[in-house]
Amino acid sequence: MYTHKKIISDLAPKKFGKRDSIWTASLIVIVIVGIIAYIDQLIKGQEVTNMRDYALWGIYISNFVFFVATSFVGTVTVAILRLTNNSWRTPLVRIAEIISVAAIIMAGITIMIDMARPDRLLNLFIHARLQSPITWDVVIIPTYIVISLLLLYFPLIPDFAILKGHFKKKKPKLGKFYGKLALNWTGSKAQKLLQEKSIQILAIMIIPVGLLLQTIDAWLFSTTYRIGWDSTNFAPYFISGAFVAGVGSLITLIFIIRKAKKLENYITNHHFDKLGKLLVLACLIYLYFSINEYVIPLFTAKKGELTHLETLYSGTYSILFWAVTLLGLVLPIIILLFKAGRKPLPMFIIGLTVVVGAWWKRYLIVTPTLLHPFLPIQGVPESWHHYFPSLHEWLITIATLAMAFLIITILVRYLPVIPIQRTIDEQALLKTNNNPTES
Amino acid sequence: MEEKNKNSRRKFLDKGLKLGIVSAIGGLGLSKITSKLNATNTDGSGDKMELMTTDGTLIQVDSSEVIEIEHPTDHDKKYNVREGMPNRKFVMVVDLAKCTNELKCQESCNKNHYITGDNAWLKVYKMQESEKEAPYWMPTLCQHCDKPACVTVCPVDATFKRKDGLVLIDAERCIGCRFCMAACPYSVRVFNWSEPAQGEMSEITMHADMAQHTPSPEYAGMPSIKGTVDKCDFCPHQIHKKELPHCVAACPNDVFYFGDMYEDAVTNGSGQTVVLSKLLEERAGYKLLEGLGTAPSVFYLPPVDRLGDFEEGLENYNEFQSVKKPE
Repeated sequence: MYTHKKIISDLAPKKFGKRDSIWTASLIVIVIVGIIAYIDQLIKGQEVTNMRDYALWGIYISNFVFFVATSFVGTVTVAILRLTNNSWRTPLVRIAEIISVAAIIMAGITIMIDMARPDRLLNLFIHARLQSPITWDVVIIPTYIVISLLLLYFPLIPDFAILKGHFKKKKPKLGKFYGKLALNWTGSKAQKLLQEKSIQILAIMIIPVGLLLQTIDAWLFSTTYRIGWDSTNFAPYFISGAFVAGVGSLITLIFIIRKAKKLENYITNHHFDKLGKLLVLACLIYLYFSINEYVIPLFTAKKGELTHLETLYSGTYSILFWAVTLLGLVLPIIILLFKAGRKPLPMFIIGLTVVVGAWWKRYLIVTPTLLHPFLPIQGVPESWHHYFPSLHEWLITIATLAMAFLIITILVRYLPVIPIQRTIDEQALLKTNNNPTES
Repeated sequence: MEEKNKNSRRKFLDKGLKLGIVSAIGGLGLSKITSKLNATNTDGSGDKMELMTTDGTLIQVDSSEVIEIEHPTDHDKKYNVREGMPNRKFVMVVDLAKCTNELKCQESCNKNHYITGDNAWLKVYKMQESEKEAPYWMPTLCQHCDKPACVTVCPVDATFKRKDGLVLIDAERCIGCRFCMAACPYSVRVFNWSEPAQGEMSEITMHADMAQHTPSPEYAGMPSIKGTVDKCDFCPHQIHKKELPHCVAACPNDVFYFGDMYEDAVTNGSGQTVVLSKLLEERAGYKLLEGLGTAPSVFYLPPVDRLGDFEEGLENYNEFQSVKKPE
């Protein structure tokens, strides 16, 4: 049990240390390099990528799918854990929302990087056609950004009021800034009721919107005639994959933030244990849909489909495919089933492999399919028969990932990553209930 | 029942009356207008003029009623490129029995559409279904599907389907998302990954051609635009001139037939016109990947009773090149 003062001073945002500054500076450098590469791409055209008429989409698209998938973590933790009243979520939801916001913003930017004519972006609104899945994306991504931002902001309001008081003397400017964000929060009954209701509505809204976001992302592929994409299983497969990518990135980042901000007293082994169970659940569901996607078609695969599956099982992409499946999915399930596997450090390593696996999995979803069209690839340069990203593509893609980290870093710097007011309230509740079993 | 009948009769009478009043007023107005028009012209008339109507009957008109009108110069502009030519449905037939991979079609297409990329819009595939089946040459171009997958997925209506069957691209609207390329099961769409090198083409004529031409979906590649999609356009610019598409005209073996499905007639490069339905019936015409349901406008005739040896074509076959680079 901690006093109010200790909780506030523990959880209030703190100035960057030396290590944090170096981290942030290197992120900024990476982003600048990426922007330079992108400008070069704008001038010279997509020629600077290794995409060509057959591999017409590359890592920009798979990276986009990865960001969309990662943004699902907001839906999972905030909405599902909240609506099922899982109280262990308290110190985790805000970090999940921060990841969600960063990922979905970067998803929107990444898809624009893939557009060869970003100067004609407005055509998407002027000449919008409702039957195109891209138009659905144009609708759903901004919607998800707005809901995610509000879902991050509303629970923050009481904390901003606390921070206003906390920084009043030490840093009046920062205090004032937090005061403005607190919107005259006094903590009155009426205000609390309004806030509670608004959050409840958002938490319910984000479930269908989040599911739709993943679904539309899947439909971008499954509405084409392509072998490997033309699958009715694709939407649930994507949703379950997003569940894995989201929880994986949450675990990885929580471990880092806990270390960097010394929050061991607030984010405990108990939380990691619970998150580990959530990740196992996610992985098992994903395994189920993966079997539906990659094993069952073997029984009735047409010639083209069989060729596609063979390149994954034993052909060009087999090493990557098995690495992603075994290290990114099967092994985590086995390790996480044991209690020792759900300790913070092993969880961090597993989370990292799951996320890296999730990124490469999207690469495997996009690239091999494109290189197996119905008609044979003929009459084009030999290099068009394969695809591996060019330097430009890597620089730009790494920059988008760095940009996501940068958004997360800045938000973590200025926002209390663990809800202060809620922690105080819960502690008070525990005291009155005299039930100190849960920390 | 009777009550209802009466009612409806009453309604009918009521309506009829109103209609009558309206038409009477209208008629009055019309006669007034015509009398006014006549008033300016009636003086000194009496001469009759003989004219022929569009359906060929001779009529006599008072010469005072004949007014000269200006010839509409904006006719071509008014023509709706997105609607297409009225009452037509263009189709193509590709006779695989005659193709010996001479690639004249491809050369002509590349040249006339100023194709400078690495991927020709018309390609002759070396096909062989399995080891024991005979290989054959298969020219493939945009199938101008009646249910085009590319048009369905385009978010900005840059690629569109016309009533006359053509699937065209408005390159000035395309945003370069390449979704249409992913959707096309025939892999016929090509992308301008960089600034098209059309300006560097050796022919001086090209510059002259381009200068006089306003960009239109009806002449793809004229010019090609960086970051947008290109493909076979079935040559509407040739159709307007009452000429055959470049590939059809260039083929020395009459592999291609082009025509109008409503007329049930297709014409080959030598100028022979045949009945489409009969040709398809006699030669067992089929469509490419018909099972997908894209309903192509290009028919294929199976490679039976072939004109030449398959091996003859191997001479011209180049797996890794379909567009010759200017030297």
